[in-house]
Amino acid sequence: MPAIIYLLAFTGGFVIMSLELLGGRVLAPYFGSSIYVWGSIITIFMLSLSLGYLFGGKLSLHRPSMTRFGIIFAVAAVLLYPLVYSAEPAMVWIFERVEDPRYGSLLAASMLFILPTVIMGMISPYSVRLLVASTHESGQVAGRLYFVSTMGSALGTLATSFYFVLWWEMNTILTLLALALLLASATALISSRFASGSGNEQPATASN
Amino acid sequence: MRNRTHRPRPLHRKPLWLTILIVLLPLADTAGAKIIHRERSLYSTILVDQRGTTLCLQFSVRRDQRNQTCMDRSAPQKMVFPYAKMMMMSLLLVPEPERILVVGLGGGTLPVALNELYPDARIDAIEIDPAVKMVAETYFGFKENEQLQVILKDARVFTKRALSGAEKYDLIMLDAFNGDYIPEHLLTREYLEETRGLLAGNGVVAANTFAISRLYDHESTTYQDVFGTFYNLRSRISANRIILAVDGELPDPEVLAERARVLGPRLTRYGIRVNDFLPMFSTEPDWDENARILTDQYSPANILNNQ
Repeated sequence: MPAIIYLLAFTGGFVIMSLELLGGRVLAPYFGSSIYVWGSIITIFMLSLSLGYLFGGKLSLHRPSMTRFGIIFAVAAVLLYPLVYSAEPAMVWIFERVEDPRYGSLLAASMLFILPTVIMGMISPYSVRLLVASTHESGQVAGRLYFVSTMGSALGTLATSFYFVLWWEMNTILTLLALALLLASATALISSRFASGSGNEQPATASN
Repeated sequence: MRNRTHRPRPLHRKPLWLTILIVLLPLADTAGAKIIHRERSLYSTILVDQRGTTLCLQFSVRRDQRNQTCMDRSAPQKMVFPYAKMMMMSLLLVPEPERILVVGLGGGTLPVALNELYPDARIDAIEIDPAVKMVAETYFGFKENEQLQVILKDARVFTKRALSGAEKYDLIMLDAFNGDYIPEHLLTREYLEETRGLLAGNGVVAANTFAISRLYDHESTTYQDVFGTFYNLRSRISANRIILAVDGELPDPEVLAERARVLGPRLTRYGIRVNDFLPMFSTEPDWDENARILTDQYSPANILNNQ
């Protein structure tokens, strides 16, 4: 079970950074590729992730389970996929109303990326909750988890900027990211089904 | 197709060593040069160096960077690089432009020359980097006037905004470069369609591009997709390739030759001999016509440019 959780956290990290990198591409036709466009994107991703950490931690207090963990991934996929269709009209709408490309790009990054990124931010703290069995090992578990998910982020950044943009259209990449999240969700749900056959899903004594 | 009077370009590429030599050549020049201005701006590192009376503008400290603009102070009107002269060949396609858009200011060579040639034409120069404008004014004698104004904006943002206005241009020159190449969002089909949307009837686009990598094929098919057949000018002595496209019918070579007789004498003070350039006009594709078109969805230009 822990191996699966690490794998899913890795996937979450991968998708987050891949999406962030594509964000610059999405915004460039309307707001340019100046430093403030990247500033907007990074700001919004950091803000969303920080909120996600908060909500994920909160959610982990109530009956944490692999099933709920899987649902987080499914919701992220459902919120990410519509970007394929909504990005263009959303940016047109903003472009027509906001003259200054700094605030235009900030608004666009907010509208497009906050929702899926907040949900993806919930993955890390929730993983910690599922993995930690005693306070003694909690630091080590958190450390390992950051290691794995940040490695996922590193690989997501590299793969997207070196290869994905060369092989595929942006909307294809976005679709694949949503599919990766769905696959992660299915993995969590199926493994929870198997585990529930053999009793309690997770040790109930975890972090207190 | 229309180009019966001259031979198609050979289909094979230059050998690698020649390409490298061609790209590095301008540098050999800067080896003994003195740097008189160095500035890290928001967008690039701007460098001005001086060798004898010649000033050159570069956008990176990397020694392998090409010069953006050079100017001989003892003959400031003379254009130093073939690409600038080739860009001026667009005037054969639109002899009396009244509204001109230049994307990418650099040292201001092109807008200044156009302003002198057509003092009544309104010229908008789009430049993203305020520091480049300062350098153009300080070192390259660039000055705005009633008819010639600089707009500090991302070209893509400017173009999209301008589309909803009434302004149309008879001539649009695309010459925006950063330290690497043309920014990726200025290479896509959508951008070219927007640019075409800013053209007045029979308006002309002149684009400065390179012919040194796989990107050449992709840029060519993208322009072809938006404008159909265009005149392709390749220099034998530099890696530049100039695209001259029309929103309408391409004028025949005979028409160009006739206009060259009128325009030629007016261009000599810029060091341009029009007749040297007429044989360069080609409509024969010398690129891989199956190369994938660059779009907002697919524009890995900088990766392709290094392959």
